[in-house]
Amino acid sequence: MRTPLRVLPLLTLLVLLCAACGGQTQAVTPGGTGTATNATPATTLNIFAAASLTEAFNEIKGQYETSHASIRLQYNFAGSQQLVQQIANGAAADIFASADQTNMQKAIDGNLVQTPKVFAKNRLVLIVPASNPAHITSLKDLSKSGVKIVLGGPTVPAGKYALQIFDKLGASPAYGASYESAVKKNVVSQEDNVKAVVQKVQLNEADAGMVYLSDVTSAVTGKVEMITIPDDFNVIAQYPVAVTKGSTHASDAQAFEDFLLSSQGQVILTKYHFLSIVNNAGGQDK
Amino acid sequence: MGRSQRWSLLLTRGIFALLASTFLLFIAIPLVSLLFHEPPAQVWAALLQPDIFQALQLSLVTTTLSTVLAALFGLPVAYVLARYAFPGHAILEILVTLPTVLPPVVAGVALLLAFGRVGLIGHYLAPSGITIPFTTVAVVMAQTFVAAPFFINSARAGLEQLDKRYEQAAYTLHASPFYTFRRVVLPLIRPALFSGLGLAWTRSLGEFGATITFAGNFPGVTQTMPIAVYMASESDLDTAIALSILLLAVSFGLLLALRLIRPTLDGERRATTVP
Repeated sequence: MRTPLRVLPLLTLLVLLCAACGGQTQAVTPGGTGTATNATPATTLNIFAAASLTEAFNEIKGQYETSHASIRLQYNFAGSQQLVQQIANGAAADIFASADQTNMQKAIDGNLVQTPKVFAKNRLVLIVPASNPAHITSLKDLSKSGVKIVLGGPTVPAGKYALQIFDKLGASPAYGASYESAVKKNVVSQEDNVKAVVQKVQLNEADAGMVYLSDVTSAVTGKVEMITIPDDFNVIAQYPVAVTKGSTHASDAQAFEDFLLSSQGQVILTKYHFLSIVNNAGGQDK
Repeated sequence: MGRSQRWSLLLTRGIFALLASTFLLFIAIPLVSLLFHEPPAQVWAALLQPDIFQALQLSLVTTTLSTVLAALFGLPVAYVLARYAFPGHAILEILVTLPTVLPPVVAGVALLLAFGRVGLIGHYLAPSGITIPFTTVAVVMAQTFVAAPFFINSARAGLEQLDKRYEQAAYTLHASPFYTFRRVVLPLIRPALFSGLGLAWTRSLGEFGATITFAGNFPGVTQTMPIAVYMASESDLDTAIALSILLLAVSFGLLLALRLIRPTLDGERRATTVP
């Protein structure tokens, strides 16, 4: 007689757990009609996107989920090099949006994605803290001794592009090779993704950092100053996007990719200071 | 022993054996799969790259320093917590344990806000040209911050278990408090000390989040082994695995050494126990 009573709390817990699990598919979706959600469970698209796409993609999520009631977007933002590694090791992704062609090529070589398309471009810009402790007003000031420069690591797209820019500067007569080596001596940290570079500059720990133009968001503008890099030396970062071969919602993923390439998607991207692809013919690899 | 007692014993032992072996397999299998992923020649080749030894050297130096600092500053704290009662004792106990509860990156952000260039303490040092982030000092500070609590709590447990009468006996024999601490207390709590040192040392060896946030990542200056593994894992998994094996071997070696010293000390202790 005692046994049923003792088991009761455990049974209650089990029942509650089952109720919680079963309750998910009946959640009301915002923007969608009440009747539709009970009939069609939401499809979740796992989107692995470069960290620099955070703000733009978050805005796209709001618009996309409103216009596509049965789709939920779930993001995984990180350095592109980390994302391709995760996909290669079996992480479930439907879309991979990379900040450079190198990491997309790794995905292609690993037979992980369908044919990619460039959907956005980005420029790099030098940022300094608003208080500008090292008094940096131009690129030349970066070679002054004691300046603390923070870049992305050499395998992080933003870091790679930064090194390319310094190579271009080093090859030009106006700056020279000694400039390039002085700047490289001033690098104090190689961050894992571009947002970490923004963070260090924002916190006033770094005197300067090289990030994407799109990283100077409204949340950050008050805390940093931008120094533009002349077009001759700047690198235009190409952002390819592809549907993964392992995707279980390939047609939905393709629809998302098409949205990114459409004028609606491009409007949002340019709002966040990405360069649109519609101006250039085809927007293919450089 | 009656029949039902024997069955009960068998059942208990069986369940213990099952649970214990399941857990041991859970720990062992990932470690073994790490070891057998690549042929040893490939592991050795990956280890011979120059950056690797730099990271290993930096890790060994910084973790030794941080463990020493943890012991030096941690012992007085452990003694105070174990021997004295005072208002706020509980708060101090919790304060000492907090760094272990904080996510390491949060610890790193906290250190940055305190000792960064515009930090609470840091902004007093900055005009003199002393900046801590991005230096090896920052690495040691981050490691000490997260690892010291392990030593302190272990030492405290040892001290609490130590009968106060040993110290009191020493005092009646006119031993100074310092002499007593050095020659009576410390030898008697050696097992707790060594296990605390081991915990602190391995925790600081594996420390990643606070280090990369507070000290940054630069080869030779702030790139410790765990950070090197992490960065490598994103682009070159084979190198990352080789590094992981190295880290595993070093940790195993140290823990084994600490463990082997203990039995001889325990034997010594038993011989000196007052009957």
